Amino acid sequence: MPKPKIALYWCASCGGCDEAVVDLAEGILGVLDAVDIVFWPVAMDFKKSDVEALADQSLLATLLNGAVRSSEQEEMVRLLRRKSRYLVAYGSCACQGGVPGLANQFSREQLLRFVYEEAPTLGENGRARPQLESRDNGHSLGLPQLDNAVRTLDQVVEVDYYLPGCPPTPNLTQAALQALLSGELPPRGTVLAPDIALCDECPRKATKPQDLSFAQFRRPHEMLIDAEKCLLAQGLVCCGPATRGGCGAQCISGNMPCTGCFGPTSRVRDQGAKLLSSLCANMAGKDETAINRTLDGIPDPIGTFYRYALPCSILRRGECTAPTPSTFNP
Amino acid sequence: MNSNGTNGDIRIGFYICHCGHNIEGMVDCAAVARDIAKLPGVAVSRDYKYMCSEPGQELIQTDIREHALNRVVVASCSPLLHEHTFRNAVEAGGLNRFFFQMVNIREHDSWVHTDRAAATAKAIALARAAVRRVRFHRALETTRVPIHPDVLVVGGGITGIHAALTLANGGKKVFLVEREPSIGGHMAKFDKTFPTLDCAACILTPKMSAVRAHENINLWTNSEVVKVEGYVGNYTVTVKRRPRYVNEELCVGCQECIAACVFKEPKFPDEFNVGLGKRKPIYIPFPQAVPQVVLIDRERCLHFKTGKCKKTCVEACADRHAIDFTQKEELVQVRVGNIIVATGFKLFDAKRIPQYGYGRYPNVVTSIELERLVTSSGPTGGEVLLRDGTHPKSVAFILCVGSRDFKTNRWCSRTCCMHSMKLAQLVREHTDAEVTVFYLDIRAPGKGCEEFYDKSLKDGIRFVRGRVAEVTDWALREEEEGKLVIRAEDTLAGVVRRIPVDMIVLAVGMEPQADAQDVRRLFNMSCGTEGWFLEKHPKLAPVSTFTDGVFIAGCCQGPKDIPDSIAQAGAAAAEAMALIDRGYIEQEPNTAYIDQADCSGCKSCLPLCPYTAIAFDEATKKAAINATLCKGCGTCVAACPSGSIRQHLFEDEEIFSEIEGVLTHA
Amino acid sequence: MHDANWEPRIVAFFCNWCTYTAADLAGVSRLKYAPNVRIVRLMCSGRVDPQFILAALAGGADGVLIGGCHPGDCHYAEGNMKTLRRFQMLRRVLAGFGLEEPRVRLEWISAAEGEKVRYVINEMVEQLRPLGPLAWGQRFGVEEGAAAHAAPAPQPEAVHA
Repeated sequence: MPKPKIALYWCASCGGCDEAVVDLAEGILGVLDAVDIVFWPVAMDFKKSDVEALADQSLLATLLNGAVRSSEQEEMVRLLRRKSRYLVAYGSCACQGGVPGLANQFSREQLLRFVYEEAPTLGENGRARPQLESRDNGHSLGLPQLDNAVRTLDQVVEVDYYLPGCPPTPNLTQAALQALLSGELPPRGTVLAPDIALCDECPRKATKPQDLSFAQFRRPHEMLIDAEKCLLAQGLVCCGPATRGGCGAQCISGNMPCTGCFGPTSRVRDQGAKLLSSLCANMAGKDETAINRTLDGIPDPIGTFYRYALPCSILRRGECTAPTPSTFNP
Repeated sequence: MNSNGTNGDIRIGFYICHCGHNIEGMVDCAAVARDIAKLPGVAVSRDYKYMCSEPGQELIQTDIREHALNRVVVASCSPLLHEHTFRNAVEAGGLNRFFFQMVNIREHDSWVHTDRAAATAKAIALARAAVRRVRFHRALETTRVPIHPDVLVVGGGITGIHAALTLANGGKKVFLVEREPSIGGHMAKFDKTFPTLDCAACILTPKMSAVRAHENINLWTNSEVVKVEGYVGNYTVTVKRRPRYVNEELCVGCQECIAACVFKEPKFPDEFNVGLGKRKPIYIPFPQAVPQVVLIDRERCLHFKTGKCKKTCVEACADRHAIDFTQKEELVQVRVGNIIVATGFKLFDAKRIPQYGYGRYPNVVTSIELERLVTSSGPTGGEVLLRDGTHPKSVAFILCVGSRDFKTNRWCSRTCCMHSMKLAQLVREHTDAEVTVFYLDIRAPGKGCEEFYDKSLKDGIRFVRGRVAEVTDWALREEEEGKLVIRAEDTLAGVVRRIPVDMIVLAVGMEPQADAQDVRRLFNMSCGTEGWFLEKHPKLAPVSTFTDGVFIAGCCQGPKDIPDSIAQAGAAAAEAMALIDRGYIEQEPNTAYIDQADCSGCKSCLPLCPYTAIAFDEATKKAAINATLCKGCGTCVAACPSGSIRQHLFEDEEIFSEIEGVLTHA
Repeated sequence: MHDANWEPRIVAFFCNWCTYTAADLAGVSRLKYAPNVRIVRLMCSGRVDPQFILAALAGGADGVLIGGCHPGDCHYAEGNMKTLRRFQMLRRVLAGFGLEEPRVRLEWISAAEGEKVRYVINEMVEQLRPLGPLAWGQRFGVEEGAAAHAAPAPQPEAVHA
């Protein structure tokens, strides 16, 4: 009996999700034994035409990581959707837009202008924008077009399962693959991570006080972080309360606050808004001056609250009115 | 039928009320009904003249039966007025009362807009929102909160006294807290009351004595409420009992200590006589004070100020040992189920109208000062005297001082016309003086009052209609020398007049107490624009407030005379008794709740609840909400970062659907 | 450009005890004001989840008005204080998104201030008029299906050639 076919693809991605599959370590061998990987650009030499040649729905599953923000990515995503029985949005970028999603604070024009024309690191030469088509010696070279916005996978095609995480942890990846192979799958559209916030499994939960009140917010580089105490109690913005668990609280164990990569629970429509709501409600300030002074401790609210989830937030898009994208300013 | 109240199929009955012309005059009700009829799930869509009437309510009930409705939406007036009415109607029709949503298209639409098309479009948007929302409603039950049978009455004037006695006679235990050292309030300062010219003390003091004697009343004078916690049926009130330096249990009111005081003569201004009389540092507020106990003014007592006093007062009280300089302020806590606030009023400060000369000319007095002069137990023994001790030959009353005035207070203080005429008659009884009343209008409602006005006219009291411009002592003619001249337009005669008089009485208006804002926060009440405590509804609920279990009565709710104050005192007592005798209050089930499977134990909600309704269970490591303590504000619901706290009646889906709905129609 | 008949649409979240009652008072007093507001009733301004504000803006509202009791007067002690804190942070986030400041407004209105309801609504409507419709979906203009993979239409931005 032929082994089930699997494809892995990356869109606007850092490559970490592909690493995560490799990180299954010994587990990867089990995977390789059980399936036929027919397309994995980062690791194997199959071409797009190989995918096109497959029959529709002949792939058991495609693990697709990265957000969609170019014409090529959209084309590939649609192709893989056609060819796959199950399409899994793998990793935060595919699920929620991920860090590349922060580009949605700016217009395409602002991005291109800054990167190719105005960045301080540019020399005098080479201030030219990439062309959709360039001709050289009678040959025509093409580049994909950058979309106006970064989109999540499910804003382009229908998605069957979501594996959140930046990247998804080995245990969850293993479990997902197991489920796909055994055919014992939850309802389509399920997020394959526990539907409860990270605090539930956090090793520091007991040290969190019942009357936490924020007079100040601090950032990790501004302090020596106590290795035992709840990070919120130390004034750091830890997104744990607003983020799904299942990752084993690895960041916390590394003495760093959670940044929200597993996304919100199913009961929340906008992770950033809920995190904002909870943190601010528990602030100590009682008048505008005191409140604003405390809020100055979060100098990049969009980057803090929507680090992974801007493309799937309620307002979803951003329009930048600043002359240069603010994330480049330290 | 599942908890959704359906077998899967939502069937909504929509009703839009014309409210006579009130809504139909600006909103095309038929058009709204037609629009809503097209929405999915709407089984019935009607417009009707008066939904809150009997036939209107029956219409709903009939439709529930005949059309198998499982949701009802009524677009009419404010839910604050009739939500309860319609919920009752829905329940009588056999449906859970919370499968109902109301749309406010009168107070928020037809009454405030002038363009019929825009008002109709708005009504449609709001109605669509409600129709979407009501689908998510679930069957809920009201909870019953038990009512503690004791009552707190704040304020020991005639209103507080009457409320306390009514409740006590009904078998309820009452804590009556009064800031001053004696109960009696403003009425204790009056000589006679209008229109009957009853002696105020004669009708008041028996009630005051009854308060002291009543086994069901705990009387705490020289005390104030400093903290109120809890909610209807279960208030915990902290009362600060200020020291009198005299033991109330031991003092019998013989007043030997006052006679023995090292101050041989009274030297200090006497509060009860509004500064016209004098008292010693050890004193009794007035002869009929209740409790009949002296007190020591710490600021003026030689012992407290210098430590070097012979303490003759202590000697005089040798056999009872009632004087106790070591007394300290005490904080006492009581538990009550209801609170009646009857803190009264203060009088307008006449110095704010400098052209009337109060504070500059010694013979310009306020009505309350004149009241003390005419009282036989007052500082002049009932003689109406000028400052130089002679009798006035002419007295003028200026009405509406600090009332009906754009520059000071805009309201009518309701009692001053009658009060002034009463004083005018008393002045005529006590002296031969000519009396003139300068008025804008004479307001004499109430039984016997118009007749009183008639009698005043027949008795030769003069009335000049016109707002007094100023009081001056600059004489222009000989007959004005040494007198105070009133300049006023006599509007009926059509001339400006100068009228010289010996004494002028300013009918100062009523104002909210100086600390009204602090007091109302203490009891979780609101104030109206004018500063009086806000009643729940000006016509239908004048003694209730928006906080269940807190009632208001008397002048703290707005200016009124003694009969109306007593009526409100009785009303408030009756409202409280109704709650107590029923034994419970039905709590709106808009409480928050946590699904234990969802909660991660992040503790973000715990600090947010002002009622400590959320507790952390160390065993399960999760939070849980006590539904009896929860008051339904929803703050924790909005805050929960994993969406694990929800609120009955205000579920996220319900609100999101309303938002979607109001935006469907341009 | 929006059509000449466009009127700003404002979704208002009013707390039951103060603002909603004040709006009722405005009605009882027959004060007249602009019909552009649609009120959603909540028990306390503390119930206003920032998700509601965002949903209203994304759903077609041109502005959002939140009404609560004056600080110190909240019927539930301090619910309005939480609203104030959330609102201050939300302002920063929305400014980062390029949303004009007058579009989301927090006002303290007591039960006695019917006149203030009238004033605030009228003022807000007038402030929104020159800003035009929010038209959130059209800023940047990418919904599903408006992907750039379609044959590039001549747009000034698209020609990064």
